[in-house]
Amino acid sequence: MTALFQADNISIRFGGIRAVDSVSFEVQKGEVFSIIGPNGAGKTTIFNLISRIYNSTEGRLVFDGQDITRTPPYRIAGLGIARTFQNIELFANATLLQNLLIGRHCHSDVGFLSQLAFLPSTRRAELHHREKAEEVIAFLGLQRYRDSLIANLPYGVRKVVELGRALCTEPRLLLLDEPSSGLNVEETEGMGFWIEDIKRDLGVTVIMVEHDMSLVSQVSDRVMALNYGKVLAMGTSQEVQTHPEVVRAYIGGEVEAEA
Amino acid sequence: MRYLFRTDYRQDLALWRHGGDLFWYGLLVVVMLVLPLLLGEFYIGELGGVFIFAIAGVALMLLVGYTGLISLGHAAFLGIGAYVNSVLLAQGVPFLVTLPAAGLFTAVCGAAIGLPTLRMSGLYLAIATLAFGSIVGTVFQKWDAVTGGFDGFAVPTPYIFGISLEGANGIYYASLAVLILCVWMSANLLRSPIGRAMVAIRDSEVSAQSMGIHLAWYKALAFAISAGMTGLAGALFAHYVRFLAPDAFDVLLSVQFVTIVFVGGLGSIHGAIFGALFVRLLPQFIAIVRDDLPFGIGRMPGLEPSLFGLVLVLVILFQPGGIYGLWQKTKHWFTAFPFKRQTAGRRQKSYAKSERLR
Repeated sequence: MTALFQADNISIRFGGIRAVDSVSFEVQKGEVFSIIGPNGAGKTTIFNLISRIYNSTEGRLVFDGQDITRTPPYRIAGLGIARTFQNIELFANATLLQNLLIGRHCHSDVGFLSQLAFLPSTRRAELHHREKAEEVIAFLGLQRYRDSLIANLPYGVRKVVELGRALCTEPRLLLLDEPSSGLNVEETEGMGFWIEDIKRDLGVTVIMVEHDMSLVSQVSDRVMALNYGKVLAMGTSQEVQTHPEVVRAYIGGEVEAEA
Repeated sequence: MRYLFRTDYRQDLALWRHGGDLFWYGLLVVVMLVLPLLLGEFYIGELGGVFIFAIAGVALMLLVGYTGLISLGHAAFLGIGAYVNSVLLAQGVPFLVTLPAAGLFTAVCGAAIGLPTLRMSGLYLAIATLAFGSIVGTVFQKWDAVTGGFDGFAVPTPYIFGISLEGANGIYYASLAVLILCVWMSANLLRSPIGRAMVAIRDSEVSAQSMGIHLAWYKALAFAISAGMTGLAGALFAHYVRFLAPDAFDVLLSVQFVTIVFVGGLGSIHGAIFGALFVRLLPQFIAIVRDDLPFGIGRMPGLEPSLFGLVLVLVILFQPGGIYGLWQKTKHWFTAFPFKRQTAGRRQKSYAKSERLR
């Protein structure tokens, strides 16, 4: 197995706060890697560092042998890294299909004038994008919502749409930021099955930030626990959940000497 | 009620959904083409003005309604287009060259103003474009070697293949042709990756970026396209007014363009055209009824701007979809009759959105 993604001593400071503090991890090709931790542990910040919304203060990010520590954020999708957002960042005034087609943006290379006149080259490219988007619609079973406005869809469906939009970029690495937040038990279970399908059928590597431990146990190959921007433990889901440091971070414990 | 049965992805790429659409748009174009034979010169002249404002409206709609960027400086782009066209024409350059030259030059100006304002949005962008408008207005006044300063200058008559466009009919047909061209290009952009990127930037910049959309590039592009189309409108506007003076391109004109976009209906090309009809025809309507209004309201100064303001406020409060939204609701009422639901057209409340990354 080769590491698809590698974070090497990555740190970011906001003023005096070290939101992420010398975190290193490797994600192997084809695995589901989960990041857990209490609120404010720096999980989403790590995602924002990987998708280059934030600039890291120190450290290196390597994706597929390529250093992406200073790659501009709009290039990330083209390299094969797609993400979803904790609170859903869909394009609310567009239809589901249009949202998925925006996910195809990094694969469009038709010239400006060709688009202005809608030349046959643009038409061909659009048909190709449509076919790819329809594959994702079929994969996630979203057919009945195809032409609905996102603003009119229920929350659970929007979560799946966001997953679909990320899949439309044909990613090799998928970052899922709390895929189960706001979902009920059944929908969370469904999300778990999608993630397993994405890993098995599409061969996409997944990094997931998640609070729901049953979902984490269901899909993760390895888990990393964070607190105050530092790595507490790394290993299988079982190992991490029973790790004394992790237990203490979540529920407090008898060792309170430094507090 | 018509139900669309789609069997091919190409159907979704077509400019019209079905044969009915094609028929009605075709009929509209035919009516527009024969109208000068039926109506008097005054009405044709006014309609030409509507077309010119509709071009500028479509241009601003791409920027405001689709990309979500505001501009209070579009009168300046109209002015730049008007002066470039007229100055070149006075040098003896043919109209078929000066018209696209005006569009291209204004597009470059649009990109130039777009680039430094990329980090701004909302109020700040409005103020920056407002400042740009007044700077350009001052240039028109002071650069009298080229623009004629306050005295202005008479715009030479344009010729296309030796045919004079003097008079209402000439401007009418030229504006109609450019309007159709601009609507066609806008519709093309909106069904292409560029249009989708613009909508994505409007709805969520952070996720647009994570989908691979280069924000700076597409915002500058939206500014350039919008300015370029407004420049084309400006070139026609010069011939519409026949005499260029700097005070024609003031802030009030920019506000009229914004009114077109909001009253017509944000986020639709139809809306821009409805809005242009409204903005151009309201003053005419006031002029007709002025003498019949009670209590001397008709003779009060500032009646026109206050009416514009009132309509703008009422539309934003009670009809955010604008005239086009109203039209769609009416259409829905008829197609669904008698089953229109109270909640139709209303949207779910949006959920909490993360503000952290803005």
